Amino acid sequence: MLKLLLSRLATAVPSIVGVVVVTFMLTRLLPGDPAAYFAGLAASPQAIAEIRTKLGLDKSLPEQFVGYIVDLAHGNLGNSLSTGQPVVTEIATRLPASAELTLFALILAVGIAIPLGVLAAVKQGTWIDHLCRIVTTAGVSLPVFFTGLLFAYVFYYLLQWAPAPSGRLDVFLSPPTHITGFYLIDSALTGNMEVFWGALRQLALPAISMAIFSLAPLARMTRGSMLSVLGSDFIRTARASGLAPGTVVFTYAFRNAVLPVITVLGMVFSFLLGANVLVETVFAWPGIGLYAVNALITSDYAPVQGFVLTMAVLYVALNLAIDLLYGLVDPRVRLDS
Amino acid sequence: MTAVPALAVEDLSVEFRTRSGIVKVLDHVGFSVDKGETVALVGESGSGKSVTAFAVMGILDPAGKVTSGRALFGGADLLALSERDLAEQRGRELSMIFQNPRTALNPIRKVGQQIADVLVRHGGATRSDAPRAAVEMLKRVRIPDPERRVEAYPFELSGGMCQRIMIAIALACRPALLIADEPTTGLDVTTQAVIMDLIGELAHESGMATIFITHDLALAAEYCDRIVVMHAGHVVEAAPARELFAHPRHPYSAKLLAATPGETVSLAELASIPGGLPDLRRPDLPACRYSGRCERRIDDCTKPLPHRVVDERHVVSCWNPL
Repeated sequence: MLKLLLSRLATAVPSIVGVVVVTFMLTRLLPGDPAAYFAGLAASPQAIAEIRTKLGLDKSLPEQFVGYIVDLAHGNLGNSLSTGQPVVTEIATRLPASAELTLFALILAVGIAIPLGVLAAVKQGTWIDHLCRIVTTAGVSLPVFFTGLLFAYVFYYLLQWAPAPSGRLDVFLSPPTHITGFYLIDSALTGNMEVFWGALRQLALPAISMAIFSLAPLARMTRGSMLSVLGSDFIRTARASGLAPGTVVFTYAFRNAVLPVITVLGMVFSFLLGANVLVETVFAWPGIGLYAVNALITSDYAPVQGFVLTMAVLYVALNLAIDLLYGLVDPRVRLDS
Repeated sequence: MTAVPALAVEDLSVEFRTRSGIVKVLDHVGFSVDKGETVALVGESGSGKSVTAFAVMGILDPAGKVTSGRALFGGADLLALSERDLAEQRGRELSMIFQNPRTALNPIRKVGQQIADVLVRHGGATRSDAPRAAVEMLKRVRIPDPERRVEAYPFELSGGMCQRIMIAIALACRPALLIADEPTTGLDVTTQAVIMDLIGELAHESGMATIFITHDLALAAEYCDRIVVMHAGHVVEAAPARELFAHPRHPYSAKLLAATPGETVSLAELASIPGGLPDLRRPDLPACRYSGRCERRIDDCTKPLPHRVVDERHVVSCWNPL
């Protein structure tokens, strides 16, 4: 298992290097001149040149790249031009907001999709199977930003069931003591139920819109995978041995069927990281997606680089976790490594 | 012949609903297996051997429906039992082993656990005793180094070893009847003999009745007391193995024997059986489903099939037997 971990880690290194190079090139090649942007509309050419020198943008690309690598090695992602804050600090404070939203949405999606998919496969052709089909079709055909806007309109504007889409907490509540950075966990740990419910109310709409989107591929894969496993020879053996239906479905069928579901789970998680950018914009969620969008609009290199790099590391970590999970479920993977 | 047979299948008919119509896979199939007896079900692919077994075990595909018949086993009709009651019997009183042992075992569960699952389910052992009982079972099916092998996954074992594991699972609760569905298909010839000997010995030890499904008449003759020949969902002939080989009465049995390599026949002399199985979806299936391929067809062959008793243990369904 350790060998598997190390070999997978080793394969992750080139991807990280690639991402570092690409993020650097991409932000330099994007249209828009940050020096001109920060100098303001009425700035003289000298003022723009001054700012350019101050930002180090007058140097050649290789020189800029070396400087970038050196900074990176020191854990320095540069400062945001618009706020003047170090990017590392800003990402560190905003990442928990995105992580809480994404993980909550994912848990919600998995909690609904997997039982639904399993039931649809076991009771193929019944109403639950049709329900599964409707949910998956609806899920894939509704983009996250659309469901988000629709929910905000219906549940906040029309019905007034949900709070205003204005971030993680109502303005009258103060955030819980920082332990994990997840408001739900922190408030529960400190026993602050008022904040807990407040945070949950804010989280509900964005998380549900993301969950609906990610539910579809998960339920569909669970159903398909369960159906093919239920038709396999070893399930026939299990039934011929008189094993209880629960044992057949869960211990024998589901554990085998879960492998492709894990793969889809990884892909869905990646989608969700991307979808964050849109959902955070719709719900004014103070996560890293919103941060990146704002930085991109103002041609603020450092935060964009920081964002892409953080995402890349998350993707790599995620794929590593998926590989290891695979190894845990399937003994054949362990042997292959 | 006065003793109650271990299994008596009577009048069993099975239909499969498919997109292209209803397939009459089994038509009034009947045979019986005495206690301790080994009976072979032989016939070419598609003759309904496996479906017969699946119907008796109650593990037919959902598209398959039993439309008539009884399967008397231990005083009860298996076909009339609820799924719940039948599941109690399966693996304990009647067991089944399959072809392709590698795919018939759960690929991601240790073989010892798979044996233990069956033991625990049928009260053959408690959860804590089960690992030791699994080792015992591996010893019974003569797997070397059983203490280590219980920890193995199917992909770490050879096909022959996997089939032994299958046998261990099937026999864990000492059933009264074992159905072996082409247990040696996909194994090499030396392993085939070893597996067949093992099944034979274990059956003999415990007085277990065995149904051996195969298309290999030579194998059937070597290991079985009696042979039931099936063709296109009909039982065409049933006779003691020796007698069937010496005096086949049904034209199909005779052709099947002529197509079987033996000591006296060389491969070049083997005859193939002309024609194929009839399309079982046809609404106008002839009474005798072999009549389309038969060289001995007479006018009577359009009448419902007879059951001609040659002697007490030899029955043939033909209007113009050999």
